[in-house]
Amino acid sequence: MDQLPILIPLPLLVMALVVPVVALARPGAAFPLTLAAVAASATASALALAAVLDDGPMSYALGGWAPPLGIEYVVDHVAAYVSVVVTSVSLLVIVGTRRWAVREAGDRLGPFYGLVLLLLAGLTGMVVTGDLFNLFVFLEISSLAAYALVFMGGRAGMVAGFRYLVLGTIGGALYLLGVGFVYFATGTLNMADVLSILEADSSGRAVQAGAVLIFTGLGLKMALVPLHLWLPDAYTHAPSSVNTLIAPVMTKVGAYAMLRMFLSVFPDGYLRDAVPVADALLVLGLAGIVLGSVAAMAQTDLRRMLAYSSIANLAMIAVGLGIGTPLALVAALLHVMNHAVMKAALFSSVASVRLATGSSSVGGLAGIGRRMPLTMAAFTLGAVSMVGIPPTAGFFSKWYMAQAGLQDGQWLVAVVVLGSSLMTAVYLFRVLERAYLHPVPLVAGAAPDAPPAAAVQEAGESPADVVWPALALGLATVVLGLLNVVIVTRVLEPGV
Amino acid sequence: MIEEIAARFPYWATAALIVIGLYGMIAKRSLVKKLIGMNILQSAIILFFIAGSLREGASVPILFEEGAVARAEDFVNPLPHVLMLTAIVVGVAITGVALAFLVRIREEFGTLDEESLLEQVRR
Repeated sequence: MDQLPILIPLPLLVMALVVPVVALARPGAAFPLTLAAVAASATASALALAAVLDDGPMSYALGGWAPPLGIEYVVDHVAAYVSVVVTSVSLLVIVGTRRWAVREAGDRLGPFYGLVLLLLAGLTGMVVTGDLFNLFVFLEISSLAAYALVFMGGRAGMVAGFRYLVLGTIGGALYLLGVGFVYFATGTLNMADVLSILEADSSGRAVQAGAVLIFTGLGLKMALVPLHLWLPDAYTHAPSSVNTLIAPVMTKVGAYAMLRMFLSVFPDGYLRDAVPVADALLVLGLAGIVLGSVAAMAQTDLRRMLAYSSIANLAMIAVGLGIGTPLALVAALLHVMNHAVMKAALFSSVASVRLATGSSSVGGLAGIGRRMPLTMAAFTLGAVSMVGIPPTAGFFSKWYMAQAGLQDGQWLVAVVVLGSSLMTAVYLFRVLERAYLHPVPLVAGAAPDAPPAAAVQEAGESPADVVWPALALGLATVVLGLLNVVIVTRVLEPGV
Repeated sequence: MIEEIAARFPYWATAALIVIGLYGMIAKRSLVKKLIGMNILQSAIILFFIAGSLREGASVPILFEEGAVARAEDFVNPLPHVLMLTAIVVGVAITGVALAFLVRIREEFGTLDEESLLEQVRR
């Protein structure tokens, strides 16, 4: 059981190297091997979560070098929770997008799944590591894999992928520079060690500069307004098998890394009093919620609309960090899970619609609710949860967030959070209205860039292995909503 | 002002290189020049770490005599060097991926000019 922290990223990292080689001889083996690796990692995460709930946080010294000199992997409540969310959502998404992967990667299925595993290895590594520099390495591993995966999305994906690489590298470089400042001020890279040294003495401009640079770098990676410009193009033009995976999990881990800085690197209150990082997160987060929601309302392509909605939801997590009270951190963490699950449900059902009709424009959805009832049921569950209607999961994180804002005297937070629900309703219910209430168009080209009416008329439900993962994610928003008290009291409150 | 810059020369050099790199990455239209800017930015950070580990009159952290007492102030801090080895590897990997991207973009679009690429994509 002591080995569990390393067993979370290890199967992914090993299989990332094995899968492309095996697929040279047996292309059919790529998918089952990938699935097995992610399942192994999800199992290790679940076991780690169970162990942490019973016995408290566990630590693993990589290569037998004792921390703080060696690299330490730490799995506490928060890390185990995020790791379970990332791996289990990925598992469902990978099952649901297999057909897209076969279509989009063609004869390069081995390298494709290799990259997917590398991405997840980087993300889970970021979650479990207790070392600032190791976090940078995993950050760059996951980012590199994501650049290459976005690049696979045809002509537009190539340009989006390169621009993502340029901006993502700036983010990584700024983070590394910040770590340098913190290292030269404290002489250590171990998070717990940095914390204890800074608690004794956190004066000095080097630490302040380090904190600002670290948060700027991570802000770029988690697409915090105004550093979000790479995200809409990357999500829209990435292959369907890719954006369904990176939209739910990738930026969430960036947000988790920020939370880690609050919880276990900088002393309590340092990011509020010595450097105004918390205030900046609060203001930028509120701006991001409004900007992301308004931009989402203006979109005619479903994927682009969901991308802007991701910016708004990530901004909400930033608001939680900015308020910084335990209740707000719980709300932010709850939203990490809720948004991962509901965004995965939405992107999976959009991928399913595209599989059947070849289009993802809002205009082309007229009457699709009758043609693809299960897919649109998944979409509806995700949408209802995004808006925040009880008892779906999305309601509870917004509720906690508004409460945290009011408790802290930040009434603007409550106003913006509730307002964002209304704006979410505008852009998502518009989709539902078309899908359920509009008749199937009889004349081709009734809406701009709609698929030929025949495509919708003839569209049947997608195959079971596409629909059921999406539907499972949709149902999970309800289940997680009903279970939220258990999650909050057992997992999150001890963790923050 | 001049003494201030001279006293902390590596930091000013790092700051200048970072600004040059960021300018190249953001303002240049050619994707190759963006990539060059990216490399300048990465080099600046490597320089920053190495400069931070320096110590006047210190040597490499190797014990030459058996049984000699190791005193920390006699040695250059080796850890930033090791970190930068890793950072160089990461940088090379990113540069390699970016160059592969550029080759494919050039094959596909026949240009590496950002404006004309975006125009072609929008059409």
